[in-house]
Amino acid sequence: MAGTSKVLDVAGVSKRFGDVEVLSDVSFQVDRGETVCVLGPSGSGKSTLLRCINWLEQPDAGRIYVSGSQVGVNRAGLVMTDRELSEVRTHIGMVFQHFALWPHLTVLQNLMEAPIQVQRRPKGEVRDEALALLAKVGLMEKQNVFPSRLSGGQKQRVGIARALAMNPDLLLFDEPTSALDPELVTEVLAVMRDLAREGRTMVIVTHEMGFAREAATRVLFLDRGRVVETGSPNAFFAHPETERARQFLQRYAGETSAGRRSA
Amino acid sequence: MIRDFGIVWSERDLLLSGLANTTILSVLSAAAALLLGFMLTPALMSKRRPLAWAARGFVDGMRCVPFLLFAYIVYYGFPSFGVRLDNWTSGLLALTIYNAAYMAEILRGAWAAQPPEPIEAGIAFGFSSFGLFRRIILPSLLLAAGPVIGNQMIQIIKDSAFLTIIALPELTHAASSIQSRHYVPFAAFITAVFLYWGLCLVVEAGVSWIGRRAEARR
Repeated sequence: MAGTSKVLDVAGVSKRFGDVEVLSDVSFQVDRGETVCVLGPSGSGKSTLLRCINWLEQPDAGRIYVSGSQVGVNRAGLVMTDRELSEVRTHIGMVFQHFALWPHLTVLQNLMEAPIQVQRRPKGEVRDEALALLAKVGLMEKQNVFPSRLSGGQKQRVGIARALAMNPDLLLFDEPTSALDPELVTEVLAVMRDLAREGRTMVIVTHEMGFAREAATRVLFLDRGRVVETGSPNAFFAHPETERARQFLQRYAGETSAGRRSA
Repeated sequence: MIRDFGIVWSERDLLLSGLANTTILSVLSAAAALLLGFMLTPALMSKRRPLAWAARGFVDGMRCVPFLLFAYIVYYGFPSFGVRLDNWTSGLLALTIYNAAYMAEILRGAWAAQPPEPIEAGIAFGFSSFGLFRRIILPSLLLAAGPVIGNQMIQIIKDSAFLTIIALPELTHAASSIQSRHYVPFAAFITAVFLYWGLCLVVEAGVSWIGRRAEARR
């Protein structure tokens, strides 16, 4: 069983799609307040790993615990029912690469929908919190606008606020800036950096090396479905231990030194 | 010719009651067909094979039957099995069941064309299957499929004219009575055509209202 300060405990998770082994015996833990950046080349299994944590993908082997409760398997050792899974998922916020906002709802309604409908919290309280979150991500004036009227960066900030509105124990980010124009990346990373400073517990799949180096408390380097390296960002970026990590970092070398650090 | 329209005018009460009945028939069966469609669509999209096949069989079967024949079967055929329904019940039932298949197919198409991410976000945020469908999927489907659903409602209005053959006193039946009573076929039928047209305009206004709401969200 996971220790109490562990928000996330991933133990021996494997997943294959047909003949391809996407994740192979992945294990790691995340303490409360940590910002863990998951790095690795495309196709290394980063997104699949993230999606296994909230059971959007079911791992073939291994166990996952969030705040001490196992995901996907109930106390009786059986596969969770829809209702049980739903309860577990309310403790895990997720931010998607393509924002995944609900197009028929306004920005404010997007934030309020799950807390009211899923968590069954009182509307007034949810509304106050949602407005505070919109203020926090700098989108107070967009509360009554439909998502289609927002820029990509604004959409993703709404996506982050929507995840926060659930008061989750753990936030998962699935390449949150990959679908954005370069000039919009900054505003999203700024919000994420604030969350890291506040001590939110986050697992972030990203290609933003500058952000990982600065904001992560730990990085996890994945290659071909395995955790190849893990450690402090300074150690990883300055002295990668494996040849695979060195090759990977070389490809990003230009970007980390030149671009996004001022973001 | 003017005199013919004068005769039709003198029978306006009959025509108006026909129009009212057509409206009632169309509105009730359109609403019921849409509701049935909401229930059939998740079955069509279900991962449970037998359920999906059963729904698919019903939808495809219904869409290949001419409505007139189906109405005959419900009114004249069902009594062979001891189910005897009056003409109103048969008419409503036939219109509803027949069009539910179309509604389900329209909604299924809209569902298949939805981007997967917002639905996945619903799952990740803890919506279970019914809540997910009601709160996340259905509203997007209605916005996406609004114009096509409106089109189907127009189809329902026109299909309701067939129910004259089971002596349902709807608009076509009223026009037909007037023409046989006074022998003014052109005036009687063209008046009915214009009344149908007016009804369809109302539906179109509704569709464009939905369209504007959808546009704001697109």
